[in-house]
Amino acid sequence: MGFFLETLIGGLMAGMLYSLVALGFVLIFKASGVFNFAQGAMVLFAALAMARFSAWLPDHLGIDSAWLANTIAFCLAGALMFVVAWLIERLVLRHLVNQEGATLLMATLGIAYVLEGVGTSVFGTDVYKIDVGMPKEPVMILEGTFEGGLLINKEDFVAALIAAVLVGLLALFFQKTATGRALRAVADDHQAAQSIGIPLNRIWVIVWCVAGLVALVAGVIWGSKLGVQFSLATVALRGLPVVILGGLTSIPGAIIGGLIIGVGEKVSEVYLGPMIGGGIEIWFAYQLALLFLLFRPQGLFGEKIIDRV
Amino acid sequence: MSRQSGEIILDLKNVSLSFGGVKALTDISFDVREHEIRAIIGPNGAGKSSMLNVINGVYRPQKGEIILRGQHFSRMNPYKAARAGISRTFQNIALFKGMNVIDNLMTGRNLKIRSNLIQQAFWWGAARREELLHRAKVEEVIDFLEIQHIRKTPVGRLPYGLQKRVDLGRALAMEPSILLLDEPMAGMNVEEKQDMCRFILDVNDQFGTTIVLIEHDMAVVMDISDRVVVLDYGRKIGDGDPDAVRANPEVISAYLGASH
Repeated sequence: MGFFLETLIGGLMAGMLYSLVALGFVLIFKASGVFNFAQGAMVLFAALAMARFSAWLPDHLGIDSAWLANTIAFCLAGALMFVVAWLIERLVLRHLVNQEGATLLMATLGIAYVLEGVGTSVFGTDVYKIDVGMPKEPVMILEGTFEGGLLINKEDFVAALIAAVLVGLLALFFQKTATGRALRAVADDHQAAQSIGIPLNRIWVIVWCVAGLVALVAGVIWGSKLGVQFSLATVALRGLPVVILGGLTSIPGAIIGGLIIGVGEKVSEVYLGPMIGGGIEIWFAYQLALLFLLFRPQGLFGEKIIDRV
Repeated sequence: MSRQSGEIILDLKNVSLSFGGVKALTDISFDVREHEIRAIIGPNGAGKSSMLNVINGVYRPQKGEIILRGQHFSRMNPYKAARAGISRTFQNIALFKGMNVIDNLMTGRNLKIRSNLIQQAFWWGAARREELLHRAKVEEVIDFLEIQHIRKTPVGRLPYGLQKRVDLGRALAMEPSILLLDEPMAGMNVEEKQDMCRFILDVNDQFGTTIVLIEHDMAVVMDISDRVVVLDYGRKIGDGDPDAVRANPEVISAYLGASH
């Protein structure tokens, strides 16, 4: 029982991080109907900026406190993501209003390459590390309840907590504020939203900013786990099965989809792994996504796809 | 009609619109006076909806201009139109289906919201006070349209007639000076039609809102409108008060004479 719980908790924590990446996709898809291929590149770009800024600040400005340097670096990287969002709207999206989904998809593919290229040429291609003081050592809990207690990875726990808080804040923002309401309106119906005077352009900048911020948080968390390197851009691929499972248009879907995939991966690896030779973690999510595409293409919480004939 | 119509508030001059080779509107001019109810009628495909979409800037006509309170617009867009006090409803209801009635109506207040994003994010004093103010306004609209009982229902779950009413409510929440209604009574039963008629007349009467409406139901149109424009195949074939339009032979052959 103790071991199962340990697996379960590990899965939930990993799942929370997948949710965070998936959230970036969902936010942009909801508001602009674009599947944002550049989400991974945004994660990489944000993480690179964070890693370099936090290294440059002590070197050039003589800021000694690691905490202060990290905070300033985070704010700077956040500001940079705002600029990126603004540029994307100005240079790309504005000119593609009311274009086919496929056109927009290709545009985001282009954005991905530009971001990766600019990111690596400005910030360099080495492997950097982000050290925001996440606790690395595992910790035992509930030693009284179970024999041997539960071994919890503190770093994962903190990361999952941060992700959960961010997701909660975003949900509140979307539900409770006037701007959040405008965002939901745009997501629901572009034309109607325009007719009541919601400025599409500004909404898109806001959405891409929020997605940039989510990418930054994801980049910092994954970056401090895995190191900041080019392969970070592929972390976004982990979010792909999550959005297929949860539905591209649903924020709760992204969260629950992430948790299901996190838990599914870990549990099947531990319990099915020995029977069929292991390595399940790598393909489990994609198999699940494939099944969903076959039988429930709108995902768990997505809007049902009804075509008028 | 006993209502007093005022100055010309909206003037359309020689508007032509085509999609590729298809001419949707050809050289159409008409005006709308303040406080009047102006109907646009015509058979299917006459260009009525296109006309409305031109006024509200969804379509940009190749020729012609729109003069709104003396201001010339050759390039209108929906955002500009909304800012200028034009709100509209849609033929195929375009409500935000995931939201409840109150939230749908609150989106109509969007242009009036002054607090900025940061204040909203932290639910600061100004943002909070403002939200309550707008909420009060929305409640007035809800009372007016008699939809108190469905305030918190997601609009996707409402029956068609009520959705139409919420659609009108969202447009009213903007406190428009000109209200465009695209077939407000399409697909309704007699009782719902009567309700809708009453609301339209009340809006016009109580708020002095200028109304431009498209409608199929001839009886309704003749009953409630002050002046009527008749379109056929994208051309204007009649314009005047209901009686004059009814007597116009061209209108009779194109529209009234046909079995609709």
